Amino acid sequence: MIPSPFEYVSAGSADEAVELLRRHGDDAKLLAGGHSLLPMMKVRLAAPGVLIDVGSIPSLSYVRAVDGELAIGAATTHQTVATSPEVRSQVPLLAWSAGLVGDPQVRHRGTIGGSLAHADPAADLPMALSAVDGRVVVLGPSGEREIGADEFFVGYFETALAPDEMIVEVRMPVRPGQPWGYQKFTRRANDWAIVGVAAVDGRVALANMGAAPVRAVSTEQALAAGAGATEAAGLAAEESDPAEDMHADAAYRRHLAQVLTKRALISAGVPA
Amino acid sequence: MRVEITVNGSRREDEIEPRLLLVHYLREVCGLRAANVGCDTTSCGACTVLLDGTSVKSCTVLAAQASGRAITTAEGLSGPDGKLHPVQQAFRQEHGLQCGFCTPGMVMATVGLLADNPHPTEQEVREGLEGNFCRCTGYHNIVRAVLSAAGELSAAGDR
Repeated sequence: MIPSPFEYVSAGSADEAVELLRRHGDDAKLLAGGHSLLPMMKVRLAAPGVLIDVGSIPSLSYVRAVDGELAIGAATTHQTVATSPEVRSQVPLLAWSAGLVGDPQVRHRGTIGGSLAHADPAADLPMALSAVDGRVVVLGPSGEREIGADEFFVGYFETALAPDEMIVEVRMPVRPGQPWGYQKFTRRANDWAIVGVAAVDGRVALANMGAAPVRAVSTEQALAAGAGATEAAGLAAEESDPAEDMHADAAYRRHLAQVLTKRALISAGVPA
Repeated sequence: MRVEITVNGSRREDEIEPRLLLVHYLREVCGLRAANVGCDTTSCGACTVLLDGTSVKSCTVLAAQASGRAITTAEGLSGPDGKLHPVQQAFRQEHGLQCGFCTPGMVMATVGLLADNPHPTEQEVREGLEGNFCRCTGYHNIVRAVLSAAGELSAAGDR
């Protein structure tokens, strides 16, 4: 399968990439690892006229502590996020999540910024970012702004990014030593979640339970009021609006969300 | 567009269409047919090659993205005298293949895995090769071959 023709430009810096985005508008797409975009282009679900390659910008790949938080460059690969001692100790839920994306070859190419910008509601990292209360740092023609996970994901493959903005960094509070839970229900190895749940510190986020990652607010409120995992997990599907597909109908997804949320909450240290 | 790629140790320059996938570049421009197009959807791993020493699925990389970098295919593993690489030798010895279609990808994924983790457990081998599908062997002999190659490579390192 061969993508439609396009013009390829390699950007030397994030500023240059934003300038190229501004110039080409909606016809351009950013390419980092390309592991979400290229498969869509090969089946022609996407046919951008211009690809702006940001995958070779060295200053976009890093993991570092900033002001008591963790900052990860947008072009950092899943492999680096999954194996970084800093991520594993400071935000273990995120490292675990990155290690579940695809397979080793996919993790060698795919990037955290790319996965978040792609905004597949069934994907691991959008759910993880929501669970850890993370946010993205976005660069546009007028400078940087920060967008929290819950505002960033707008709908199916849709984010709050303007056409001339790019993610340059992902930031999140650190939670060393805090228990967390992560459940990913799949029928095949390496697949997207039929339903996913990530829980830490009283926050619960769901994957593939709606057009964007869903915060299980009713569950979170029950936890804050002292409910145990069983009672709180019973409310896990309250805010969701799951789609139906060949893997599961909506009722089954709601059921899964409750079962998996209970397991995630117990891992996260909530009494049964 | 012009790309400059080091393929199996030889630097080359080619004029390509930006949409050319790395696997097609290797097979059709370079004439290297080891990397196979299996699923063409980033799933099966038959097209696995090394990009700067790291395993990648070449059906999901543009040749343009490899410009300025080094690619290793299965053809680049054996020595100038045709002597098989220890991983290739181990696949042969342990009968780690039947039809052979997945084998170049399996071998390259294994070389990448052992570079990262020279002494994997059986479980680590199975997880490390989760991006490569084999429809013949049932994987047992492949895992045996990888463990045997790991032993052989570390023994060679100690010698």
